[in-house]
Amino acid sequence: MIALVDYGAGNLTSVRKALAHIGAGFWTPVEPAELARARGVIVPGVGHFDSTAALDAPWREAIDAARARSAPLLGICVGLQWLFEGSTEAPDVAGLGAIRGTCTRLGAGSDSRLPACPERSRGTPDSRQDLKVPHVGWNSLSFSRPTRLFEGIPEGTQVYFTHSYAAPVVPATAAITTYGAPFSAAVEDGLVSGVQFHPEKSGDAGLRILRNWMSHVPSV
Amino acid sequence: MLSKRIIACLDVRDGRVVKGINFEGLREAGDPAELARRYNVEGIDEIVILDVTATLESRQARAHTISAVAHEIFLPLCVGGGIRTEGDAAAAIEAGADKVSLNTAALQDPSLITTLANRYGSQAVVVAIDAKRQDGRFAVYVRSGQAETPRGAVDWAREAAERGAGEILLTSIDRDGTKSGFDCVLTAEVSTAVNIPVIASGGAGSFEHFAEVFTAGRADAALAASIFHFNEHSVEELKRFLHLRGIPVRLGPGTGGP
Repeated sequence: MIALVDYGAGNLTSVRKALAHIGAGFWTPVEPAELARARGVIVPGVGHFDSTAALDAPWREAIDAARARSAPLLGICVGLQWLFEGSTEAPDVAGLGAIRGTCTRLGAGSDSRLPACPERSRGTPDSRQDLKVPHVGWNSLSFSRPTRLFEGIPEGTQVYFTHSYAAPVVPATAAITTYGAPFSAAVEDGLVSGVQFHPEKSGDAGLRILRNWMSHVPSV
Repeated sequence: MLSKRIIACLDVRDGRVVKGINFEGLREAGDPAELARRYNVEGIDEIVILDVTATLESRQARAHTISAVAHEIFLPLCVGGGIRTEGDAAAAIEAGADKVSLNTAALQDPSLITTLANRYGSQAVVVAIDAKRQDGRFAVYVRSGQAETPRGAVDWAREAAERGAGEILLTSIDRDGTKSGFDCVLTAEVSTAVNIPVIASGGAGSFEHFAEVFTAGRADAALAASIFHFNEHSVEELKRFLHLRGIPVRLGPGTGGP
């Protein structure tokens, strides 16, 4: 059984429907101790990084224990960001730290070299770059190397994104997408995987990626 | 590169898809889940369900339609029409909607945008703006295009974005159902005024119209209903056309792309 961790970050209906569609057995643990019987763990999430603060020490220990038992871990969207050390979106909230690096706001890379622009607030145009944030829609995947997650998925396949922050390209990066700058669309490091896009909203390609991950979750 | 999205709108009344001309004169077009399934096969990027005659009692009926469509397709699904309260939005999202589209309610109480953005994230909040050309400006209308407001489309779009909306769904009342092309002037004005994606709606009649709204109109996505419903054109053909015109689109397995 797969533990679908619900820490109150948005709505899990779509993930549930997709998992049910591919025939995955899953449940939503109410407390960390339940993770002891998880064969695989999914950390979903949409919205703000600070919501991951709900994944407190007992949850992190339970997730680490599952990893130590070789249970595959999959982070989706903010769930992928949480696999990293943290995010500038909520600097006081620590990520799991399974992957080195910090997530930053899309388009912020070039901003840092430019003078501060204090009058800019959310939702107003950035005339310098014309990069709309959030990054919403279908964008293509470019694979850094062959991975289990993308078995049978052709280079350039498009998947659905909706996010304002992104993870840097690191050795664990499995797929790169470019929006303003390249970022980690997916990571895979041993049994730790994450996708910035929404496989549950990416049509047949997304379902295939979920199945690929599922096929490495030990059965029974 | 980020693709321009092609979105199919299902105008639903009493559980059936209908489509009006200039917001009136509805004619029947079919079962929502059935249409959604067809669009998914053809490579649609997103589905919008618009409950055109939503009333308080219809919340359950709406949930049923959302659930039926969400069961068929694994694509982004947005629901609008009659989302007036946080409870309406919660019910739609619970039933399987990824985003809700606010129209009249957002104008009456703009704080609803922020409330929903805080609860579900900005990506889940679309503000729908129905605009009409009037004395050289774009006036915002509410109540399915029936009531004029003192707001201008650009100004309201900007405020909606600042309050936390993740996207703007911009409909030209003048063009809606006419098949005479999107209002590219309106779309470009709004799209350049805000830093969030703008979905153009109203007036799609030919493939050329889509190319225009993605270039001159600076739209991030384009929405259409009747052009797809009655099998006049397939989504697949439209995307092939746009691809050949150098406009980035997601090509499905049936269209020669990945």
